[in-house]
Amino acid sequence: MSEKAIICKDLTKQFGDFKAVNKISFDVGQGEIFGFLGANGAGKTTAMRMLCGLSFPTSGEASVAGFNVYKQQEKIKANIGYMSQKFSLYENLTTFENIEFYGGVYGLSRKEIKKRGEDMVTMLGLANEAKKLVGELPLGWKQKLAFSVAIFHRPKIVFLDEPTGGVDPVTRRQFWDLIYEAAADGITVFVTTHYMDEAEYCNRISIMVDGKVEALDTPASLKKEFNTSSMDEVFYQLARRAQRSGD
Amino acid sequence: MKQLFSFIRKEFYHVFRDKRTLLILFGLPVVQIVLFGFALSSEVKNIGITVFDNAHDNNSEQIINKIKASPYFLFKAPVKNYADIEEQFKEGSIKCALIFPVNFAQELARSGRAQVQIIADGADPNTATILVNYLTAIIADYQQQLNPTARLNYQIIPEVRQLYNEEQNGSLNFIPGVIALIFMIVCTALTSVSIVKEKELGTMEILLVSPFKPIMVLIAKAVPYLILSIINFIIILLLSVFLLHVQIRGSLPLLFAESILFIITCLSLGLLISNVTNSQQTAMLISMMGMMLPTLLFTGFMFPLENMPKIFQFISYIVPSRYYYIIIKAVMLKGLDFSYVWKETLILTGMSLFLLTVALKNFKTRLQ
Repeated sequence: MSEKAIICKDLTKQFGDFKAVNKISFDVGQGEIFGFLGANGAGKTTAMRMLCGLSFPTSGEASVAGFNVYKQQEKIKANIGYMSQKFSLYENLTTFENIEFYGGVYGLSRKEIKKRGEDMVTMLGLANEAKKLVGELPLGWKQKLAFSVAIFHRPKIVFLDEPTGGVDPVTRRQFWDLIYEAAADGITVFVTTHYMDEAEYCNRISIMVDGKVEALDTPASLKKEFNTSSMDEVFYQLARRAQRSGD
Repeated sequence: MKQLFSFIRKEFYHVFRDKRTLLILFGLPVVQIVLFGFALSSEVKNIGITVFDNAHDNNSEQIINKIKASPYFLFKAPVKNYADIEEQFKEGSIKCALIFPVNFAQELARSGRAQVQIIADGADPNTATILVNYLTAIIADYQQQLNPTARLNYQIIPEVRQLYNEEQNGSLNFIPGVIALIFMIVCTALTSVSIVKEKELGTMEILLVSPFKPIMVLIAKAVPYLILSIINFIIILLLSVFLLHVQIRGSLPLLFAESILFIITCLSLGLLISNVTNSQQTAMLISMMGMMLPTLLFTGFMFPLENMPKIFQFISYIVPSRYYYIIIKAVMLKGLDFSYVWKETLILTGMSLFLLTVALKNFKTRLQ
């Protein structure tokens, strides 16, 4: 198909009269870190759910990893990873059991899981904690682990829905190191966030207001366009136009 | 298949690491069996009785001795006046009293008729009735003894047999009910809670984004509880046979097949509940109030269905455990074969299919 990981054209999701997502169009290149910003209720989650194959669009076109969001949801699911804002590992399973479970769900063989799993915990510095219950790990570790599990099956694209909520800045920074490593390995990263310092880490960002994409460019160009030195200001100028109230 | 296997293994980790679940799973059956089998016996034994003997003659002494010999009564010291009897009733140390009038023997010898008075504690009507029957039987027995040669012209002697339970084992009635109740708790409540838990934790979202099929999630959730329920069933059967001396008369394979059918019905109900609720509390509440209470009330093992108002009888027809109770009683206690329970089996099968279809439909639409 193309070199693009995600292609969206006039993608729309309507609930009754309410257009949660209103004709959004954008492309995401392979290996790119794409920031998906917007105030609460702007339609980020709805858009992301369509791209992940969790819900059907009302109209418009989109392809993810080269697969059609209407007809090939199963293929999309096999080629993406997903990390939600809620912590998504099982607390009463050990680190390694969580890895085994998610690896198993994505159909990896036992041997593969064992090898990759060992590499992964060593890389994360969790080798000593591999047999501990995940519930006993500190939040920062849990989130790094959740991310590593989300890309454990080597997806083409990973969707991160506000992955760093409630984490201190140092851990957030370390978390982004992991994201960069993943991107360097060729994994496309699609990330939503509320932190503007994180927006700066992205290659390109889009800002959604009232269901539409109002801005889309590199952080540097956006700052230039809005004539300001901070992403905060860019976001604020755009979000102020919103008619809808957040939830 | 491999995917399903890793999922099922994960479910077992959950079960075995959660002490509360384990307690419900394996503690409950044991407690219930012991409770229903021993503590909540409907038999009447060792009941306090006293005698106010104004006669003190041969005949009254002989009757008193017969009562003393009976295992049903616990003989308290005889009293000397009515006030003492009342005092003992109030204390609760006796449940009935027998009073002989003066000249009991003379009356008997002279006119061939004498009276005794039986006073029973009517605050507990069931026990009172049983006690009065026991005492009357003892007295009637003594009467026979007095006239061994006397022949009545017409005599009808009822020869009573309690079919399927000749030794009148009180636990018999409870076992099938307890089994139904436990399946209801383990399969319906635990299954629904375990699915809703994934929703609460946010892990359901991850599962839905994965290539793992939604229907497989349901299967993976149901399989562990199916296996655990069968283990539970075996434990209950063993307890019943070795602890409560219940005899299993019917065929074991049939018993297991019917039980698995009922387990599937319960699991379907649990899946359905988990689809329409979003919190563990709600799921627990629905399965406890909405499922356990009807099971207790409308299955027929605590209260006879025949005596209920028509509307309740009607409700009882939609309670699955009602049919299972009939089946298991027929197979386990009466030793009947499939030809006697096919109707109930058919109804249960229909219910399972219906519930399962609705559950699956609901689960799919949640994705849209």
